[in-house]
Amino acid sequence: MSGNELNNLARSLAEKVARQSYGKLVAFLAARTRDLAAAEDALSEAFVAALADWPKNGCPANPEAWLLTAARRKAIDMHRGRKRHETAADELRALEDGLKAVEESAQIPDQRLALMFACAHPAIDAAVHAPLILQVVLGLDAKAIASAFLISPAAMGKRLVRAKEKIKQAGIPFSIPEREELPAKLDAVLDAIYAAFAEGWTDPTGTDAARRDLTGESLFLAQLVTELLPQSAEAPGLLALMLHAEARRGARRTKDGDFIPLAEQDPNLWDKEMIQRAEELLLQASRLHTPGRYQLEAALQSAHVFRCRTGRWNWPEIVQLYDALFAITGSPVVAVNRALAIAETEGAEAALNILQKLSADDRLAEYQPYWAAQAELLARTGNHVEARRAYEIAIGLERDDAVLRFLQKRRSASPS
Amino acid sequence: MQYLLTLYVDESGWTKMSKAEQEQGAAAYMAYTEALKKAGVWKGSNRLQPIATATTVRNGANGKPQVLDGPFADSKEQLAGYYLIEAADMDAALSWASRCPAVGHGVVEVRPIWSI
Repeated sequence: MSGNELNNLARSLAEKVARQSYGKLVAFLAARTRDLAAAEDALSEAFVAALADWPKNGCPANPEAWLLTAARRKAIDMHRGRKRHETAADELRALEDGLKAVEESAQIPDQRLALMFACAHPAIDAAVHAPLILQVVLGLDAKAIASAFLISPAAMGKRLVRAKEKIKQAGIPFSIPEREELPAKLDAVLDAIYAAFAEGWTDPTGTDAARRDLTGESLFLAQLVTELLPQSAEAPGLLALMLHAEARRGARRTKDGDFIPLAEQDPNLWDKEMIQRAEELLLQASRLHTPGRYQLEAALQSAHVFRCRTGRWNWPEIVQLYDALFAITGSPVVAVNRALAIAETEGAEAALNILQKLSADDRLAEYQPYWAAQAELLARTGNHVEARRAYEIAIGLERDDAVLRFLQKRRSASPS
Repeated sequence: MQYLLTLYVDESGWTKMSKAEQEQGAAAYMAYTEALKKAGVWKGSNRLQPIATATTVRNGANGKPQVLDGPFADSKEQLAGYYLIEAADMDAALSWASRCPAVGHGVVEVRPIWSI
């Protein structure tokens, strides 16, 4: 093999290990010291060392262990350089013990789940949960995360540094919560993963690489939690929800980039395998008999898909699912969607009455789908003047060009 | 690790209480302190006199320390006392903080102690 080929082989192996094992290595390196920044620094140096060493000496049989050993040595060196106190000696001993443990066992314990619980700890600002998990579990850099979350790289960098500093200094544990605390803390982890997915989802055409990647990364994280926490029903529930959404990516826009609502999408364009996988996960989750928000949302997706594929009218079932979801979340967004389902079972007037009652909720005043729903229902009852007014408000609130054009078309279709 | 739990409460609540309610309140704090000691996590605690007794010292206009009557922050909830505890990690500290009687009528802030 030529030097170039060796280099490429080493690089592709390093990239593969990075994707599969980055979070595992960070979690293991930082578990005792809780120092995520130091673990990431040591690991990034280990990757640099690997790219220099592997083409020369061949790729190691266990690249993960090679990287961990190299990272440990770097961490110990960095420590020696920095501190000379008694406490530093203790930390050094902990690092050296860890190094021995790795060398003695081929298997590196997977503490990524514990790491995610630390990142989504209630003592850490909720807005930074998702970015932090993306960075320390997947190794995404602050710049890519910042661009996906539409924040300046400097501001994102600062937030991440601050969160890591708090984990270290305040002693946020790397552990899987006790039984009674688990559901609430798991919700925080799942919410963070879903937030990352939603950021990727808002770029349906996938023109922005950073955001497109985010959906893939979030699917990977949800899969990971599902595997590492088999007793949880909500993790497969979330994964099923995300797979359902992802399965329809290709059908959400026309060739010209125009928005297509669910009811008008071509089911043949949906990813059948993804939907099948989502259905299996949902079934697996339901066997645990602990319903929750994400399972219900996935069940709703499943019911919509069923109706669109078979043409069978299943709106009463959908209303029931929204009732259950609203009972858990109390979310006004759920209430709006529930009203739209009721429009199918009881008619547009009944649905408008529900929306009327919701109008007291300030949170809906700037929620585009609320106004679009109202416009749609008003148009159905023949109240075109009010419908056009509601469309105008919806248009004023929308940012996405494709959805904007869709709403404008709808408004023009309403006779004046 | 050591953590300082600082208790912020609205002082006027105490003066509005009946004698019996005050005794009940004091008993709750004594029971909490006892529980911390039994568990071996208690390192120290104190209740502070009302803010009417507070005096602040800061650098004055002429560069000399200036002494002023009154507390540092003028807010409804005021620092009323503290517990210093030893806990394995933030979760253990938060679990103790959530049992503190002050949570019922004020706010408890949890801060790790700077370790050298």
